[in-house]
Amino acid sequence: MNFAFNRIDPRARILVALLFSGVVVALSAIPVLLLAFAISLCVLLISGLPKGKTLKRMAAMDGFIFVMLLILPFSVPGDLWFSLYGLQASWQGLWRAVEIALIANAVILMLLTLVGSMESVTLGQALGKLKVPMALVHLLLFTVRYIEVLKDEYQRLRQAMAARAFRAGNNWHTYRSIGYLFGMLLVRAMERSERVMEAMKCRGFTGQLPMLAQMRMQVSDWAFVAVMLGLMVALLYVEMFRVLV
Amino acid sequence: MHIVDGALSGEVLIAGGAVAVAGLVQGLRHLPLEKIPATGMLAATFFVASLIHVPLGPSSVHLIMNGVAGLILGWAAFPALFVGLLLQAVFFGYGGITVLGVNAVNIAMPAIVAFLLVRPFLQHSQGRSSFVWGAIGGGLAVALTTIMVALSLWLSGDEFLPAAQLVLVSHVPVIVIEALLSGATVYLLCKVKPELIREYG
Repeated sequence: MNFAFNRIDPRARILVALLFSGVVVALSAIPVLLLAFAISLCVLLISGLPKGKTLKRMAAMDGFIFVMLLILPFSVPGDLWFSLYGLQASWQGLWRAVEIALIANAVILMLLTLVGSMESVTLGQALGKLKVPMALVHLLLFTVRYIEVLKDEYQRLRQAMAARAFRAGNNWHTYRSIGYLFGMLLVRAMERSERVMEAMKCRGFTGQLPMLAQMRMQVSDWAFVAVMLGLMVALLYVEMFRVLV
Repeated sequence: MHIVDGALSGEVLIAGGAVAVAGLVQGLRHLPLEKIPATGMLAATFFVASLIHVPLGPSSVHLIMNGVAGLILGWAAFPALFVGLLLQAVFFGYGGITVLGVNAVNIAMPAIVAFLLVRPFLQHSQGRSSFVWGAIGGGLAVALTTIMVALSLWLSGDEFLPAAQLVLVSHVPVIVIEALLSGATVYLLCKVKPELIREYG
């Protein structure tokens, strides 16, 4: 993958995304949140990541929270916006929904752009260098390594079921079959892990994975951190002193 | 059942984060180095579960299976499910960062409860009784997750009460389906590879 933030230290990207989410969650004025969302959008544009794909992922999350946002105007008391079959929607509720949508999208967009664009192994190693407990990092690396493998395994089992004319429907047969399918997936995962463990022991695995990546903060990394911190301070300043409101 | 950033109050976020850290510490204590490859592999399997859809009426729902995760992994289910949620947030955009703690507690705590309450009964069960206990564990875990998600919303402000009620009501069929599927899964495991349920975790 070739995009702008690839050369920035992964640790800096993780910390910036974390700090940014902390700052954005603390904001509440709509104009400031629009600004925060614009910053996330700019970072995505600069990054050169495929925009459609990233925005589609963000939209998938929006689909998730759509209903909750739809309810809010009706559940927050305040000045009448409109009434529908006796249900009263308030302006305050509308703004609360917009606020949540902006926060959620700004944070997730920044996260997908800065951290989601990393190789998953890089993410694990960077977390290790950030003093996340080694056991957790190792667990993450193994999980990441085998998700695709087990997804293929699942597809294979599913294909075998399809070859035997299985069709999913709302019935006990479906629930039992999918339950067995998942059980088989667990059995195969366990047996695979036994084989992997034996192979690794053969090669002298002691339980520690070497953390190979060399990470050193360069001038450009510090510049990136400084710019992002500056933007966050600006957001907090605008929020606190109501410059825009 | 992920909650996103921006909805929950600071108090709920901090409480969730604190409980999640405690759960992770306790979980990692039950995760010696030689068990990490197997646990990672099982964590990947539970991640894949969230990609498997079963029909529900005209729509469909994806598997959660946190009850089965607890029954197999015990305390190690906490870090295993946490890692899954972290990967979902980072690479798929489901959930968020500041809510990661709350989401982890809502999914993983019920798994631990299923482990502590139901696992002892599975030690010697075979056939029908393994199905029944598996179904109880799976249904209980998803029911608890639903209640905790609703509570997280409601504790963050009364304006979320209708949303919390909607979560509760809409997940009743999910609880039933998860119970049936978990029962079938545990039944098969007790038959094919009983040591997975009885010795692991």
